[in-house]
Amino acid sequence: MSSNPQYEPVIGLEVHAQLLTESKAFCRCSTSFGDEPNSNVCPVCLGLPGVLPVLNMNVVEFVLRMGLATHCTIAERSIFARKNYFYPDLPKGYQISQYEEPICTGGFVEIETESGKKKKIGITRIHMEEDAGKSIHDLDVDTLVDVNRCGVPLIEIVSEPDLRSPREAYLFLHKIRQIVTYLDICDGNMEEGSLRCDANVSVRRKMETRFGTKTEVKNLNSFRFVEKALEYEIGRQIALLEEGQKIVQETLLWDAAQGVAVPMRSKEEAHDYRYFPEPDLVPVMVGKDWIDKIRTSLPEFPSERHDRYIAKLGLPKYDAEILTAEKPLADYFEAVIRHLKVKNAETWKIASNWTMTEVLRVVNERHITVTGFPVGPERFAEMINLIVDGTISGKIAKDVFEEMLTSQEGPKAIVEKKGLVQVNDASTIENAIDNILTKYEGQVREFLGGKQKVFGFLVGETMKVMKGRANPSIVNEILKKKLEGKKERD
Amino acid sequence: MKSFDAIKSELASGASTCESLTREYLEAIDRAKHLNAFLSVFAEEAHGQARAVDRKIREGTAGPLAGMVVSIKDVMCVKGHRVTCGSKILEEFVAPYDATAVARLRKADAVIIGKTNMDEFAMGSSTENSAFGRVKLPGDESRVPGGSSGGSAVAVKAGMSTVSLGTDTGGSVRQPASFTGVVGLKPTYGRVSRYGLVAFASSFDQIGPLSLTARDSAAVLNVIAGHDDRDSTSATVPVPDFTAGLNKDVKGLRIGVPKEYFDDALQEEIRGAVQKKIDLLRNHGAVISEVTLPHTAYTIATYYILATAEASSNLARYDGARYGYRVKGAKSLTEMYTRSRSEGFGGEVKRRIMLGTYVLSAGYYDAYYRKGQKVRRLIKEDFDNAFLRVDCLITPTSPSTAFKAGEKMDDPLQMYLSDVYTTSANLAGIPGISIPCGTDRQGLPIGLQILGKQFDEETILRAADFLETSG
Repeated sequence: MSSNPQYEPVIGLEVHAQLLTESKAFCRCSTSFGDEPNSNVCPVCLGLPGVLPVLNMNVVEFVLRMGLATHCTIAERSIFARKNYFYPDLPKGYQISQYEEPICTGGFVEIETESGKKKKIGITRIHMEEDAGKSIHDLDVDTLVDVNRCGVPLIEIVSEPDLRSPREAYLFLHKIRQIVTYLDICDGNMEEGSLRCDANVSVRRKMETRFGTKTEVKNLNSFRFVEKALEYEIGRQIALLEEGQKIVQETLLWDAAQGVAVPMRSKEEAHDYRYFPEPDLVPVMVGKDWIDKIRTSLPEFPSERHDRYIAKLGLPKYDAEILTAEKPLADYFEAVIRHLKVKNAETWKIASNWTMTEVLRVVNERHITVTGFPVGPERFAEMINLIVDGTISGKIAKDVFEEMLTSQEGPKAIVEKKGLVQVNDASTIENAIDNILTKYEGQVREFLGGKQKVFGFLVGETMKVMKGRANPSIVNEILKKKLEGKKERD
Repeated sequence: MKSFDAIKSELASGASTCESLTREYLEAIDRAKHLNAFLSVFAEEAHGQARAVDRKIREGTAGPLAGMVVSIKDVMCVKGHRVTCGSKILEEFVAPYDATAVARLRKADAVIIGKTNMDEFAMGSSTENSAFGRVKLPGDESRVPGGSSGGSAVAVKAGMSTVSLGTDTGGSVRQPASFTGVVGLKPTYGRVSRYGLVAFASSFDQIGPLSLTARDSAAVLNVIAGHDDRDSTSATVPVPDFTAGLNKDVKGLRIGVPKEYFDDALQEEIRGAVQKKIDLLRNHGAVISEVTLPHTAYTIATYYILATAEASSNLARYDGARYGYRVKGAKSLTEMYTRSRSEGFGGEVKRRIMLGTYVLSAGYYDAYYRKGQKVRRLIKEDFDNAFLRVDCLITPTSPSTAFKAGEKMDDPLQMYLSDVYTTSANLAGIPGISIPCGTDRQGLPIGLQILGKQFDEETILRAADFLETSG
């Protein structure tokens, strides 16, 4: 539906990221997730009579990191505002947010579109605010409210309407997730609500310069939904226009189960939030020194890392992309290469292969995170070192790796204990090959008759009798020589 | 009625103890029940506290306010006691913590005797807007004691506590002080922490003492002033010893008389009484000059736009969901909200919530709230300009003396105008003090107001102390 070539979608995203500060935005309560309902509360976040908010400066530091990472202008002075509305999980009857004079404005991030081209997506603003609590409706009793989440700090990242397809929106959201996790300011978990997304969508005829009437689609709470919901809404708008109808500006709620976006009841959307400057808080002043300090402490960004992996480590683009997609994996790989003894492109590529295949395989199979991976980068690098210095073959390394997953021992100890040291001694290998060649006389004849495939069989059988410990390249070399000798004799 | 100074000498001579004083105050409270000044009395707790203070006095470890018995306007939290704010909606609400000002008083060994009656959520100028009945003026009970800290003013006037902590958002300490004939001090905005003060209008509210003498107010301010980590709007400005500057003459003190504050609305006898004090100051060497505060005419309008805007948001939390009054049998969330708030709030509070909601609404914000902010800045600049030439200003506190109960209840605008000379200090964030200035023909107290520069409470206390002691 949305691929009607006569139309162009125009999309802007509003992304909320829950910050990883230890305490709440305006009181000292813990932000920890999943605790007993209403246990991380105090008079301030409960909105009791007489209390006042006091800003947690870590929240400012976090938003500044994000602002600098996305090339925003940082306001020397910014102010908080109250967003007023009634809801049981909003104890004060207003949310402390920023409205006029937000802290970060006018930045951008770069995404790589499907065609491989880089595209800048503008960031209109990034501001700080507090989260509301949680209403729990699906119980037999009345609605219950858990206030633990009240006052947990959020930042809202608002993009310019620069996105031109659901795919671009997805890529943008992915980019934001990548940046917040790299900055260590948000865990980026959409399913748990640490990252939330709303979209503003309109469509217009190609070549038209004005924007069409937009709708807001809320509740895009997984990466899958974002593209799906946008496809749906774009298709709906195009269909309406094709029928000669007009788009009504409204707010829609994405219903993932039904795969449709449903208009919110007009009563709910007719909110007049009556924003006004929060009189209980003083303006946030950010000096140049602070900005400089944060700027120099920013980590290397995924795109920088990506480019460095290609330029300095000589890794293929494919590897660089996979390794830098998630910060934990990239950090793991960084640590691995730090512990490698031989530092050259060949070694780095071996480390990359092992990280991409084996580490990610286990992580995916076990549904764990890289941070929770049982083999630390140092131990993992030791194993790579053993491969590189010829102590073990790649094949044996797989057994060693398996063993490392369940034991705390180092790869060297495992190799010694299990007698897995690679046999590099040519005469031992030659002996074994001679036996094989005698045993499989018939197959040898087939090879000499031109059946190349048999070579592999003979290598395999040799390795088998050597219990996999023979150095494969020496096996290859000797076997080749022996067979060639036989050929000549024939 | 004893000032804190008198008490201190009694304690020093052994003529009385903190406990005997506390008993006297409790007896006075009991005798004057009909004035309805108190909403709760902590008899036992006060006695216990007094005994502990007496012990400290004997041991020589007593704090600076030992012997002072304080009542607290029922809009500030005292741990373990109800904080009703004069409202049905918070009738049963017990504060789980002490307001910072209360905690500081306690730490200085003041005895907390109880909570005083007030206009609901400090909205009013007569203490008639209390869900728990009006407060009566001692001496003429058909009249009002002013408001909203009417209970506090009466508590001091009638000897039910040495001093009282009130709050002043648009004149709520100074105007009742004027009506009852006591001293009422509104410090600079930010001088005293607002933590634990139930907000009416956050950028205006300020806690201040009511007392028999300027010196007593200075002693209280010494203790409650200063930055508080729990209130980011509390100032980090150093706190001087406010009593140290008292007992000085006024030679060379430059005093401005803003002509806009002596308009036609002013009761003639008040004009005369204030003028007499101005003459007295001049005779003692003060330099008097007329000044102008050109935006005075916009004071009340600006105040009622901005203060109600903040109030409409501050009072949103009283929705019946978590604490406070909740209507029974509501069938929907909206019904619970609507009926709890309709039944829980009184008329004046509802009027101000509606006003404030209106001025913040989409389409009206620029015309009202934003314009109001601009005018507020102009009013503040008026004062800044005046204070380039003078050290303080002298005005009447209120255009009239205490009026009859019921007289202005049906005319909110007339009621609002009784704060016409006091609200400007809250808009500008400057300190002000009201001191007794004789009586009118009916024997009703007249109040004189002295306004000072931001964080210069010392000057207005010095002038107030001079007038008080030079009669």
